[in-house]
Amino acid sequence: MARKVVLSNGEAIVYDRLLLCLGASSRQLTCTGAELPGVHYLRTMADVPKIQAALKPGARAVIIGGGYIGLETAATARKMGCLVTVLEMADRVMNRVVASNVSEYFAYEHRNHGVHIICNTRVVRLEGTTQVERVVCADGSSYEADLLVVGVGAVANMQLAADAGVKCDNGILVDEYCRTSDPDIFAAGDCTNHPSRHYEMRVRLESVDNAFEQAKTAALNMLDKPTVHDRVPWFWSDQFDNKLLIVGLAQGHDQQVTRGDPALRSFTVCYLKGGELVAVEAINHSKDYMAARKLIAERARPNLDKLADPQIALKDAV
Amino acid sequence: MPRIVFLQPDGLTREIEAPAGITLMEAARLNHVAGVVAQCGGACACATCHVYIDPAWLGKLAPLEDMEEGMLETAWEPKANSRLSCQVTITAQLDGLAVSVPQRQGGG
Repeated sequence: MARKVVLSNGEAIVYDRLLLCLGASSRQLTCTGAELPGVHYLRTMADVPKIQAALKPGARAVIIGGGYIGLETAATARKMGCLVTVLEMADRVMNRVVASNVSEYFAYEHRNHGVHIICNTRVVRLEGTTQVERVVCADGSSYEADLLVVGVGAVANMQLAADAGVKCDNGILVDEYCRTSDPDIFAAGDCTNHPSRHYEMRVRLESVDNAFEQAKTAALNMLDKPTVHDRVPWFWSDQFDNKLLIVGLAQGHDQQVTRGDPALRSFTVCYLKGGELVAVEAINHSKDYMAARKLIAERARPNLDKLADPQIALKDAV
Repeated sequence: MPRIVFLQPDGLTREIEAPAGITLMEAARLNHVAGVVAQCGGACACATCHVYIDPAWLGKLAPLEDMEEGMLETAWEPKANSRLSCQVTITAQLDGLAVSVPQRQGGG
């Protein structure tokens, strides 16, 4: 093997061991008009000033995608005085990442603040002459837009690895030591597809905690200090004055318990698999969230009656 | 500018200056104070910027809100003078504030 990194200026750097921290990119729209000015993506700090400049009071902001990025942007745009419409393809917002009562709660919060949320709709083209003016959907409906923000997911940056012959499949494939199919090449963060011992499956995570911790683990392994990467992932999202805190992965759960009442603006959804707590979504409830981080890592098996009783602290529900 | 004294987990004392208006976490990160991790960047979502405030100064800080209190409950070794440094804004009245950083960060 050459063990050499070639830069755009032609310079070459020889390595003994290489770490790929390539991140992820926003999934791009491919429909007609996708290249028009006024179509924004939110991925890095550099994207922010462009969007900020367009969020003028009274501006019509259309957001494509009702996931984290779409809804957080919608809330911010609304707070800045824009007229905001969110177009979501699925039948509810954040459908991939939260329970249906959590989706309902957030949709209600957004509508209460004046955000228009339209589900079950598919964008087919963008129209405009010098910049985007209109979004047209499959059912023929259309929405006038002064700016567009697209939040339709992320894809792992893996081309560089694939070109080097490193095995990739929805991310750069690494083992639990962060090592790729090339024993001298390691990878960490959003670009990886890695095994989780805790959940006994492969995962690709878009998560700051995973990026931090996997990078540290990769560094240790590169220094021949064998260390396994096995974290219970966690995520958060701020929308208006709501904080959504998520820990764990709910895939494959066979039971779901809601603690508390969404009408009181603070509740928690717990997921169990074979009696074991595997994931928690806490809405404006940091105590349940922090307790869940501990319980899930310990593979706790909560008492279902206690779990369903919001008067009993989650940490005491075992 | 207000001066802040941090006692790091390694036992070293770091005296820094920070402008009023930024948070204690930002001041610590800008000055590379050891032990303040702040993974979530100041969103009150991770409990990795946990610090102990010198009790003499506690009363001069804005009070704990529910979200921060809940985060601290299962942070690493919480005490009565625990705060998340991302939720403490530096003001002129905090000139001389003394803070110590725990040996570890995070819950779970």
